[in-house]
Amino acid sequence: MIRYTLKRFLSLCISLAVASLLIFFVIEIAPGDPASFMLGINAQPDTVAALRAELGLDVPKFERYLAWTQGMLTGDFGMSYTYRTPISQMVADRLWVSLPLALFALALSTIIALPAGIYAAARRGKTGDVAVMSATQLGVAIPNFWFAMMLVLIFAIKLRWFAGGGFAGWDKGLGAVMWSLTLPAISLALPQAAILARVMRSALLDVMNEDFMRTARAKGLTTTQTLWKHGLRNALIPVLTIIGLQFSFLLAGGIIIEQVFYLPGLGRLVFQAISARDLIVVESVVMLLVFAVIVVNFAVDLAYATVDPRLRART
Amino acid sequence: MSLLDITNLSLSISGTPILRDVSLSVNTGEIVAVTGESGSGKSLTVLATMGLLPTRSQTTGTIALEGQDLLTTSEADLCNIRGNNIGMVFQEPMTALNPVQTIGAQVAETILIHGTMSKSDAMARAADVLTRVGLPQDQFPLSRYPHELSGGQRQRVVIAMAIALRPKLLIADEPTTALDVTTQAQILDLLQDLARDYDMGLLMITHDLAVVSDMADKIVVMRLGKVVEQGETKSLLTNMQHAYTKMLFAASGHQVKLPDLPASDVLLSVKNVVRDYTTPRKTVFGSKGVFRALNGVSFDIKRGERLGLVGESGCGKSTLTRAILGLEDVQDGEITLEGATVFTGQKPNLAVRRKMQVVFQDPFGSFNPRHKVARLITEPFHLLETPLTQEERQRLINQTLTAVGLDPSDANKYIHQFSGGQRQRIAIARALIIQPDLIVFDEAVSALDVSVRAQILDLLANLSAKYNLTYLFISHDLSVVRTITDRVLVMQRGEIVEQGETEQVFTAPNHPYTQELIAAAPVLPDLQHLKG
Repeated sequence: MIRYTLKRFLSLCISLAVASLLIFFVIEIAPGDPASFMLGINAQPDTVAALRAELGLDVPKFERYLAWTQGMLTGDFGMSYTYRTPISQMVADRLWVSLPLALFALALSTIIALPAGIYAAARRGKTGDVAVMSATQLGVAIPNFWFAMMLVLIFAIKLRWFAGGGFAGWDKGLGAVMWSLTLPAISLALPQAAILARVMRSALLDVMNEDFMRTARAKGLTTTQTLWKHGLRNALIPVLTIIGLQFSFLLAGGIIIEQVFYLPGLGRLVFQAISARDLIVVESVVMLLVFAVIVVNFAVDLAYATVDPRLRART
Repeated sequence: MSLLDITNLSLSISGTPILRDVSLSVNTGEIVAVTGESGSGKSLTVLATMGLLPTRSQTTGTIALEGQDLLTTSEADLCNIRGNNIGMVFQEPMTALNPVQTIGAQVAETILIHGTMSKSDAMARAADVLTRVGLPQDQFPLSRYPHELSGGQRQRVVIAMAIALRPKLLIADEPTTALDVTTQAQILDLLQDLARDYDMGLLMITHDLAVVSDMADKIVVMRLGKVVEQGETKSLLTNMQHAYTKMLFAASGHQVKLPDLPASDVLLSVKNVVRDYTTPRKTVFGSKGVFRALNGVSFDIKRGERLGLVGESGCGKSTLTRAILGLEDVQDGEITLEGATVFTGQKPNLAVRRKMQVVFQDPFGSFNPRHKVARLITEPFHLLETPLTQEERQRLINQTLTAVGLDPSDANKYIHQFSGGQRQRIAIARALIIQPDLIVFDEAVSALDVSVRAQILDLLANLSAKYNLTYLFISHDLSVVRTITDRVLVMQRGEIVEQGETEQVFTAPNHPYTQELIAAAPVLPDLQHLKG
């Protein structure tokens, strides 16, 4: 297990290094100089020169890459050109909204999906299965912003249980934060839960055809015991993969939901930075998201090995 | 009253009748073997006994275990009976164990769910049982996972789970079919010993008549869902009544007459071939390991010769096949067909490649289900430099299908319309159509029922006479190799340990490994001798 963890960790470091190189040089290689791109075509040459100096573009590329990565490692992401504030501060503020939202949505989606998938698999072909499958079909088909608007209409405008948007702020306490994130988390979670429930069901159905499930029955286990004791853990691998992918998506992909609920999250930050051509912010946030995805994948790899002993042995 | 009494059991699944009036009984301490070809209903008979029939099954008749009718017993009570009073061992040890649980946990589970003892006692009992089935704790601790064990060892774990609570009846469904001959012999001995020691009734399903005759007290022969004949082993063997039983035993020991070996030149020459595979690193920065699959393998095949290759799984048979066909390069040594190397540069030498064809084991998996037979069997034509004319192609299709005992009109059918034996004929047609110099049969009759196997062996003998075939016949089944080859190679751990004329090697093996293989292989009893 230690060797496996080390190996995965090594691959994590390599992925991060490659990703940082790619992000940095793609923005560098993009036609035109970042300073003139940021200022637009009508900028005065001396303004561009001033920005170039401010961004440190007059230093050789490789040195800048080193400085950039070093800064990242020490938490110094540089200054935003448009906002004139340290990027690390901006990202940290947004992260305190996006991260709890993503975790909340992921937890909701898992809590809904796993029991639904297991229930459907256990009643394959019966009414319960058909009902769950139809519900997930709807969940996959309906866009989440529409869900979000319906939730606002019903729970915020009609019933007035929740606020229609905005973020409470951490100074109001955890309860208030969770309250303001509930509707966004539900609208993010439902489509994900629909996908996850289908994966859970099909993974479990595959496992139920395995020979060892029949062996378990021959030992005297009931169908339910067989499902829980032997089926579930074997069905978890594909489910974990999807959960990993979903987390990465939820962290950055909530941009539309952030717009609907007027939440100051990472998605909106990237959106605004791109609109304002604030390349330094874009670069830093993208790197941060890549970092999150790679770390989540690392965690998923470790989870695989915990679930399946064959993986520990193989590497 | 017997331990198990199955009386007039009939079964239909979704309205299709599967079993008809099956009656058999097993006494305490008795070994009863149920035999028959695929589709005879032997597996469903035991699944009915376990109460593990597929949904939509309908049964009539009775299955009485010590007088209790299992067909009318509730599911909850059946759960108490399974594992406790009836244990079951399955065919496929590689998949019969849960890959994510330790063997200790899996054996202890049988004990725990029947609520007879505490967890620590159950683990101690699991250790005892595993030791009893030949997995001592110093070498195979409870914390092992199934993937750390070989097929034979896994089958021992499955047996341990089945006998942990000393059931009165042990059911074994083809328990050794997936195992090598030497492992098979050990597992059969173990099952026999356990039945005697624990005074269990053993109901064993097997298609292998040699195994049946060797260990059963009573034999039940089934065909198409019916019991055609049953009786004490010796009296049944000496006095077979039903034509099907006679046919089955005749087909099992079927001998073919190969044409005489012509004097000729060397066709394929394999010289000092070495094939290494790299194995994963043991440490993060360590170097990769090397597994030598073929170690200095040398032999020749003369034109018109029928050469056999025997050996257990993992001995390098498949690697050798791939190397001969030029599908993989070798690290050292040389393989030539009529002097030309089979692998040149980075790819198979096509000029040589078109002179060789192969027939695989699985008649179900080795065809594209979306193509018609005409297209399937003409696939080797892409190896030709100049495409054939339409008439020539059609002529060859008709001629080859007729040669393998099919009808030219079969060319327009799809593969699912054929039985396993017919598919294997089509596979042979595909190999034959290009008139290759050498055909490799890779376990080509292993998946077939005995009666079909006998027909395919006859076909090979006929084709040998007609086309002067040269082939390499790879099989784990010694009795088949003995009748269908002139000369045989015995392979062990990547090396050829013995080679010689087939009859000579089988009657007077020189190498200890060959002796071990031949001793382990179950043989059909000499019926004439039994009678006398």
